[in-house]
Amino acid sequence: MTGLAAGATSKPRLPRGVRLKYDATRGEWHLLAPERVIRADAIAVEILKRCDGSSTLAQIVDDLAAQFSADRARVEQDVRMMLSELAAKRMVDL
Amino acid sequence: MTAPPDKIEPPAGLLAELTHRCPLGCPYCSNPLALEPREDELDTSEWQRILSEAAALGVLQVHLSGGEPAARRDLVQITAHCAREGLYTNLITSGIGLTREKISELASAGLDHVQLSIQDSDERSADLIAGYEGAYARKRLAAEWIAEEGLPLTVNAVIHRDNIARAGRMVELAVSLGARRVEIAHTQYYGWAMRNRAALMPSLAQAEEAIAEVEALKKKLSGIIVIDHVIPDYHARTPKACMGGWGKRVLNVTPSGKALPCHAAETIPGLVFWSVREHSLADIWQNSPAFNAFRGFGWMREPCRSCPRKAADHGGCRCQALALTGDAREADPACHLSPYHEKMQSLAEAEAKAGAPESGFAYHYRHMKQRQPAE
Repeated sequence: MTGLAAGATSKPRLPRGVRLKYDATRGEWHLLAPERVIRADAIAVEILKRCDGSSTLAQIVDDLAAQFSADRARVEQDVRMMLSELAAKRMVDL
Repeated sequence: MTAPPDKIEPPAGLLAELTHRCPLGCPYCSNPLALEPREDELDTSEWQRILSEAAALGVLQVHLSGGEPAARRDLVQITAHCAREGLYTNLITSGIGLTREKISELASAGLDHVQLSIQDSDERSADLIAGYEGAYARKRLAAEWIAEEGLPLTVNAVIHRDNIARAGRMVELAVSLGARRVEIAHTQYYGWAMRNRAALMPSLAQAEEAIAEVEALKKKLSGIIVIDHVIPDYHARTPKACMGGWGKRVLNVTPSGKALPCHAAETIPGLVFWSVREHSLADIWQNSPAFNAFRGFGWMREPCRSCPRKAADHGGCRCQALALTGDAREADPACHLSPYHEKMQSLAEAEAKAGAPESGFAYHYRHMKQRQPAE
């Protein structure tokens, strides 16, 4: 069973059947899942690209905060919220 | 016919009905009563061309469906072509006709996801509904193979009078089969389902009980399984945004190559459907009269025309409006603002009352040789 709360040591990954894809026709990114197409904005894309199943949530947050010179606490809140929502939809495994 | 809106967004989904052949006889099948014969089916290279055109047009997800798509010998080739085009590929199957080897081949070819139908959580009832002895056992086996292969699984269950008491049990069955997603879909009355409506219609009380049970499970099983719940139109107050809007999100190609805005669109008189044998998919999507017939809002009458929900539900389903009011431009009678709404509900109650419980014997099973019968 998959827990819903994204913890610091969670290693989020996109399960088989869920793919992040750039759509050249519309010029935007999508998260493709069973019977679902979710448009991914620039922030979501940066988070999802790092959900490789080996990086921990803490590492993903560190990386994003460093790359975008952003407040770490704020980044962490955004990442946790997004991944928890996607986990509830079974579009991310934590 | 009304003028199309200025800008037509590309479609996100393609329902590819590879064949109408199917070993099962489910009485709620959404295929038309006049099923297309094998000799009219598009061949492998035609499907490959259409799938390439779909990807170029902007289609993101392809649903390989039927009939039973495993009845096609070239299913693996078609799947591989979808993968080459970068399409998210979903196989919609009864599980009958799939073998352990075929599932491996499909996974290797790049299949993204499988949607497996079940008829009931009770084996005897499931086989009776499918009109196929042993169907339930074979489906369980197919689900095991899909899980062994690591392919993500959705279970689909169509709900009607003979299985509605077990809607919750079917969700639990889906969990036990390893599904990450389950569709609990109350029957939508088109095609064979319309022909069998009196044998399938549940009472309002039955529908409300099942809806409450499944909604409770949705919360309880969050993070374990996603439940997509399709609420019954005949017991609704507002209509569904059918197909996400006519000619807006999805297109359907029949086994012989007719391009339809939805699988029941052929029931609407006067619409002209272009064939992928004569037109490119892009030409059809942009210019075919059938796709432009109900785009935008210009075709609408009251109460839709001035309704604040019109952009959300697009007036509901055109085919249902036609079937129950005689005119496809009317509001879907599932809407409480439709003058036909009460008629629809009383019709449902009368049919639910008239039917004997567990009335499997009364089905007109889906059958290949049957041609459009006089209603």
